[in-house]
Amino acid sequence: MGPMLVLLGVLLVVAGFAVGLNPLLVVLASALATGLAAGLSPLEVLAAFGKAFNENRYVSAAWLILPVIGVLERSGLQEAARGLIGRLKSVTFARLMLAYLLFRQATAALGLTSIAGQTQTIRPIIAPMAEAARAAETGVAEVAPAEVQRVRAFAAGTDNIGLFFGEDIFLAIGSILLMVGFLEQNGITVEPLHLSVWAIPTAIAAFLVHGARILMFGRRGRRP
Amino acid sequence: MIGLTQVYALAGLVFAGFAVMSLRDAANPRRRRNALFWGLFALSFLAGDRLGDLGNGVLVLVMALTAALGLGRSGTGTDDAGARAASARAHGLRLFLPALLVPVIVLAGSLGVRHGGAAAAVLVDPKQATLVSLSLAALVVAALSVRLFRQPVLSPLTEGLRLADTVGWMALLPQMLAALGAVFALAGVGAVVGETVTRVFPMDTRLAAVAVYCLGMAGFTVLMGNAFAAFPVMTAGVALPILVKVYGGDPAAICAIGMLSGFCGTLLTPLAANFNLAPAALLDLDDRYAVIRAQAPTAFVLLIVNTVLMHVLAFPAHP
Repeated sequence: MGPMLVLLGVLLVVAGFAVGLNPLLVVLASALATGLAAGLSPLEVLAAFGKAFNENRYVSAAWLILPVIGVLERSGLQEAARGLIGRLKSVTFARLMLAYLLFRQATAALGLTSIAGQTQTIRPIIAPMAEAARAAETGVAEVAPAEVQRVRAFAAGTDNIGLFFGEDIFLAIGSILLMVGFLEQNGITVEPLHLSVWAIPTAIAAFLVHGARILMFGRRGRRP
Repeated sequence: MIGLTQVYALAGLVFAGFAVMSLRDAANPRRRRNALFWGLFALSFLAGDRLGDLGNGVLVLVMALTAALGLGRSGTGTDDAGARAASARAHGLRLFLPALLVPVIVLAGSLGVRHGGAAAAVLVDPKQATLVSLSLAALVVAALSVRLFRQPVLSPLTEGLRLADTVGWMALLPQMLAALGAVFALAGVGAVVGETVTRVFPMDTRLAAVAVYCLGMAGFTVLMGNAFAAFPVMTAGVALPILVKVYGGDPAAICAIGMLSGFCGTLLTPLAANFNLAPAALLDLDDRYAVIRAQAPTAFVLLIVNTVLMHVLAFPAHP
């Protein structure tokens, strides 16, 4: 058994998320179990967790964008985004999502991962546009609540997929540097360019696969 | 030099503003709890380096327990759909200008520091150029929007808090998961999972070994929440000794496609909360896992595609 005991924390996370306990408490319990299994005292676990929490503050610094998005929403940005799509009859849900997927992949491939995102682009602009496009093409004034949820989740997923399968084409992104460093430690010298060109086939596949799903999503319930 | 210290100070002030706004928010029955949550967030950003490891541990413990008791939603922002529609009609396409200015400033800032030579490197920490530019953009564009669209001076805080309370306790989860990853690393969880994978699965053909590596990268990423944590373990355990040494594969192609297989796992796991769970909260979705469900078909197909691509492309000497 011995070393396998440290997997208890992983099991706790899986079980806790699966049954829908509050994730914050699940994370605390998992950290405690993992630390105890590794031979730390409860206070040592708390200190190790606190140290790591403090070192990872940049993760939450991303919320700095909330005030400006809030002001723009109060000024009517979501309504303006909906209105724009209402006037541009040729912009369907599928065309909007395909264009956004391509934009996100292409800009991420140039290293511009921070120029769009869930908070700054999807919530205030793309999701309202997608809802308006669905309303127009299915011939309703307002999209039904269940469909609104599906459209928003799909738009959020499209942002992640565009980002993940674009960024590795850029030479200086974190994951490429991690691979170069790791291989170097193992006595293998690889140019960043050689790693990034091998991201291109998957990037193309991602556009084709997700693009096909976008077209299928857009075709549901369309007016004849 | 402007770096993380200044960004954290700004974030701390914004969170402190959220705490004060929460406290004054008569419409929120849990205003004290919300104020405590955002106040502790502010304390972490303003004074985290002076609290000590145990102090930070107590801080995050109290934050998590406060949030788990349940936070309220603020009534500070405007819910006036009529006013928003009127503003949208009055300002029209001009509303998009500030929204576009944010990426322009981020772009100019990060490129300027990257290519600006020594002078720019003295002004801004090159390693934090993107985060510094994003913070600057957030500050400048918020001020500009208040002026341009004649909004109340405090609206960045009241409207920011409205969005922050939409996200709620989920705002804390990504950073806590990052800290959990550090505890996993400390306890050597990765190595144990890696050993188990390589011992349990047979790798007596090239295709089997490729499949174990690609599916293992994805599965490991699902469990750890992060492809970066899975990569060293799976690559040292499967890719280098078997795919490269035994089957003569190209390490660059194997690692690159292996990492992208890990990204398929990132699309599937609630542990990648900043990508998968926080957007669901931000978009007001009823199902916490709605974004993961939307991504899953693409992720599974791409995982198979990656396995095939690696099998076909990464072994030029033995087709």
